[in-house]
Amino acid sequence: MEVYFFIAKAVIILLIFGVTLLIATYSTYAERKVAAFIQDRLGPNRAGPWGLLQPIADAGKMFFKEDFIPANASKWLFIAGPSIAMLTACMTSAVVPFGGSLDLSFLGIEELVPIQGIDINIGILFVFGLVSLGVYGVMIGGWASNNKFSLLGAIRAASQNISYELAMSLSIIAIIMMTGSLSISQIVADQDSFYKWNVWRQPIGFIIFITCAFAECNRTPFDLPECETELIGGYHTEYSSMKLGFYLFAEYINMFVSSAVISALYFGGYHFPGESLLAGVLPEGALGHNLLTLIGVGVFFSKILFFIFFFMWVRWTIARFRYDQLMNLGWKSLIPLSIANILVTGVVILLLNN
Amino acid sequence: MQLTSRSKRVSNKKLSLGERLYLPAIVGGLGITIKHFFKKKATIQYPEEQRPMSSVYRGLHVLKRDEVGRERCTACGLCAVACPAEAISMIAAERQPGEEHLYREEKYAAVYEINMLRCIFCGLCEEACPKSAIYLQSDKLAPSFFSRADVIYGKDRLVQSMETITSAKSLKSGLTTSDRYVDKVWKDGKY
Repeated sequence: MEVYFFIAKAVIILLIFGVTLLIATYSTYAERKVAAFIQDRLGPNRAGPWGLLQPIADAGKMFFKEDFIPANASKWLFIAGPSIAMLTACMTSAVVPFGGSLDLSFLGIEELVPIQGIDINIGILFVFGLVSLGVYGVMIGGWASNNKFSLLGAIRAASQNISYELAMSLSIIAIIMMTGSLSISQIVADQDSFYKWNVWRQPIGFIIFITCAFAECNRTPFDLPECETELIGGYHTEYSSMKLGFYLFAEYINMFVSSAVISALYFGGYHFPGESLLAGVLPEGALGHNLLTLIGVGVFFSKILFFIFFFMWVRWTIARFRYDQLMNLGWKSLIPLSIANILVTGVVILLLNN
Repeated sequence: MQLTSRSKRVSNKKLSLGERLYLPAIVGGLGITIKHFFKKKATIQYPEEQRPMSSVYRGLHVLKRDEVGRERCTACGLCAVACPAEAISMIAAERQPGEEHLYREEKYAAVYEINMLRCIFCGLCEEACPKSAIYLQSDKLAPSFFSRADVIYGKDRLVQSMETITSAKSLKSGLTTSDRYVDKVWKDGKY
């Protein structure tokens, strides 16, 4: 029976990994389409129906380009940069609960199989740890290129990510205080009805978190590390071929994971309004349980897709911050605000418990 | 002193709290962009869809034939003289007996070449032509070139093809007022 459990688990992990890559691939397509639509254009529509084969064509182009390493670059670090960026980006989705659990008793598995890579009790810390490791990918790559613009971009990326990680973690602490757990699946389980979603209970925390998520993903309005108008691409100026592809792809995977974490922490994850009503209608036993779980997975993915769209929507709306504005916003506004948020949350929890 | 009615006094007042929060302005911006998201797109899908061209557009040249398919050009050289870009060159030849169905007059252009890199599509050749032989078509553009040999258009690519002589479209394209006048005069037999 243990063997079946592990096989089921392996299948789920592979599925999550595959879906992560698939969504990241099509995010590149979606980005171009959304950009085009917002600018009253049509976007890529020549490769396949509605241009759906565009990401594959782009990948083919990336692979066939010359893989160039500058003469004065530090060769091993130059290769390590994009590898670290890609690795840390892919690892993050392991702890995100994409759905409830599957009842596979017909295969002889007595335990419920959760749709999650691994449910560790410090899930949030794991995510933050990997996100801060992701900075090394950018930093090492930019530094190893031995190019002024790359170095400038890398320094900006490092300082920006370190500044915004503080506010991000502080905004999460309020949620952790309310839930009493660092496990993401616990936090999702805590938001099992619509009015208990954390976005209603922690609106300021949510705004701080989503702002910091934009900064962590190096997305507009915080895309200073790679701003092509000032730094010719920033840390990936010297990169070509699939190494550049890795950097760009890692950005889209990060975007997917951030959207997943935002929907899990603040929008109830795989929970949806009317879930208990639906559970009453569905048949009893394994079939009903599995159906409900699958609907939950669908709901979770639609939330993720909405946030990916939101990331792109914001990108084509807001202009880039200046560097001093960025630092002012991070250190002078978001961090004090999140500390105040923690204090207020603590006071309210104390009052409610007494 | 007010120099123009469009000048605007700059105010350097401090931002209010609402303005410093950024969020209301960002939400407003998001509203504008999402409106554009659902707007009708301005794109014309080029090879499939084409924008209608003006009836007076000066596009690719054509050497006209008359109603029975004879070439109108008599190699008088007025178009070459009128051409400000010196793009037109020709060699005249005499019509031999038995060629009356090919050429309208006793003299014709054995070689007629337009260098499309020199041509500025001003249409002065069309105005200069006394025989209504050369026209700049309003519905056809000069294509892009991939080699230098393609640039010089000879009679093989300039003379109107026999199939288009009677079709309604060819009559319409490139017909100017003076052309219609000449055609009418020719038909009435009062030349």
